[in-house]
Amino acid sequence: MLLDATPGEQAALRREHRRDRFFELSTRGFALLVLVLLATILGSLIVSGWPALAKFGWGFFTEDRWAANLNRFGALPAIYGTLVTSAIAVAIAVPVSLGIAIFLTEKCPRALRRPLGTTVELLAGVPSIIYGMWGVEVLAPFLQSHFPSLFPAGTGLTTAGLILAVMIIPFITAITRDVMQTVPPMMRESAYGLGCTTWEVTRHVIFPSVKAGMVGGVILGLGRALGETMAVTFVIGNNLFFNPTITGQGTSIAALIANQFPEADGLQRSALLALGLMLFVITFIVLALARVMLNRMDQRAPK
Amino acid sequence: MTLQSSGKTFAYARTGANTMNTMTRSMSGDDVSTTATSTGSAKLKVNNLNFHYGDFQALKQISLEIPSNQVTAFIGPSGCGKSTLLRCFNRIHDLYPGLRTDGEILLNGQNINDKRIDIHLLRARIGMVFQKPTPFPMTVFDNIAFGVKLYERLSSRDMEERVEWALKKAALWDEVKDKLRKNGQSLSGGQQQRLCIARTIAVKPEVILLDEPTSALDPISTGYIEDLINELKQDYTIAMVTHNMQQAARVSDVTAFMYLGEMVECGPTDGIFTHPEKKQTEDYITGRYG
Repeated sequence: MLLDATPGEQAALRREHRRDRFFELSTRGFALLVLVLLATILGSLIVSGWPALAKFGWGFFTEDRWAANLNRFGALPAIYGTLVTSAIAVAIAVPVSLGIAIFLTEKCPRALRRPLGTTVELLAGVPSIIYGMWGVEVLAPFLQSHFPSLFPAGTGLTTAGLILAVMIIPFITAITRDVMQTVPPMMRESAYGLGCTTWEVTRHVIFPSVKAGMVGGVILGLGRALGETMAVTFVIGNNLFFNPTITGQGTSIAALIANQFPEADGLQRSALLALGLMLFVITFIVLALARVMLNRMDQRAPK
Repeated sequence: MTLQSSGKTFAYARTGANTMNTMTRSMSGDDVSTTATSTGSAKLKVNNLNFHYGDFQALKQISLEIPSNQVTAFIGPSGCGKSTLLRCFNRIHDLYPGLRTDGEILLNGQNINDKRIDIHLLRARIGMVFQKPTPFPMTVFDNIAFGVKLYERLSSRDMEERVEWALKKAALWDEVKDKLRKNGQSLSGGQQQRLCIARTIAVKPEVILLDEPTSALDPISTGYIEDLINELKQDYTIAMVTHNMQQAARVSDVTAFMYLGEMVECGPTDGIFTHPEKKQTEDYITGRYG
């Protein structure tokens, strides 16, 4: 034995090695579990959805209606609805969240900082069904009575997009605020010390420092918007025919599955599972695109 | 605001630019000279300054003069208020709620605590360098150009000249002239701090505040920066906070010793270090406390 280990030390070493080995193997096991879970879910979606995919082929994506009574299942209205509602939500939520986060970190009077910050966090924790009910009770009637030509029924893709925006604003705000607070105070002070205004400090010093973290927040919000079920089901209108009007009624993948899955069997069930697979794929593609965008931004930044 | 510029356009866009009308400078090419004040007169004059962090009074009835084109060093044990005082000079305290200043700080005879003073322009006139290097997340070139662009519209040629001038002034040009398009944060610590000094100089302030500028640096970089301070006082008035008494003795012309928020003694550096008038000062510089 090297280093002249005494028998006592050797025993202790063996014990430590065993323990360390166990520790390492167990953490590895937990990590692998994630991969196994992902593969299992993906696999079962593919297997169960296959009959529908095989029957309709590309028609599954081009068929403009989801008509269970006719055994015609087209994913187009649901996929369109999912993408449009999420896009509306992100388009509204990102600038609003940025504004809130900048105000909270840069300009907020101390007395207001805690109450405002806590409110944002509370909003993030409100269950989605509450947003759904609020959408039906308040937002949809409001839109219907004030913009009857755009929202004849009050519900629709835009209504769902608005609700989703309200739901993801607290997420994006909380994350943006947190990453903005990681900018060292001295960095901020040096920028102000040169004579910068708040806008200049935020735009040129804070923003570039926290870009990556902020994109992470937006991705999380987008992920939530894409998969949100309950609130969307309440206000999207559940129109199963493709309607390109973004203020019109439509459906989303999650809403359609939630509405029909409990009573579906045979081909309809398989088609719904295939639809679930589509949601999986869309979410994956969106997240991957965001990652690529982030890398591009990093490459353009000076090294 | 009177600016005598030789062929260059200085567009001062901020409101309040005319509230500081006693400053006159001439700028030409690589040379900046202060014409309004002669060496030895007071650039900054502090009268009965008090400062509170909430209920805690950090500065008590401070009065002193900071002579033009000289280096004034503030020394004293941690918590004595020297950094707080320095930060009063460019009102960086205004960023934080709950802090209160009263008393006067005169820059060329104008009270900078006056409500009509535009704080952004004030900070362009009185630049600051911090304990740790804080290069912005942009290229070396843009780190310098950024501050300049806030107040001046220069052609790209003039901007290149200005950046080169500032980097040369900060003794950094030779080390970074091939790295101007690299990120400022990729430089070494000592280079970053000189970049921050160059950035401060580039906007051509009248006063430069240095808050322990070498406390995060190795002895060689510290040496560079001390040499730099000596050079810079020909064109600028410098006020610095330092924990290092040898540094104060080496680079400053005037030394101010502070203790518990009060100005104990302030005078020519030679005098303070050889025959201090107050017992407290003597105890501190001989290392008996602090």
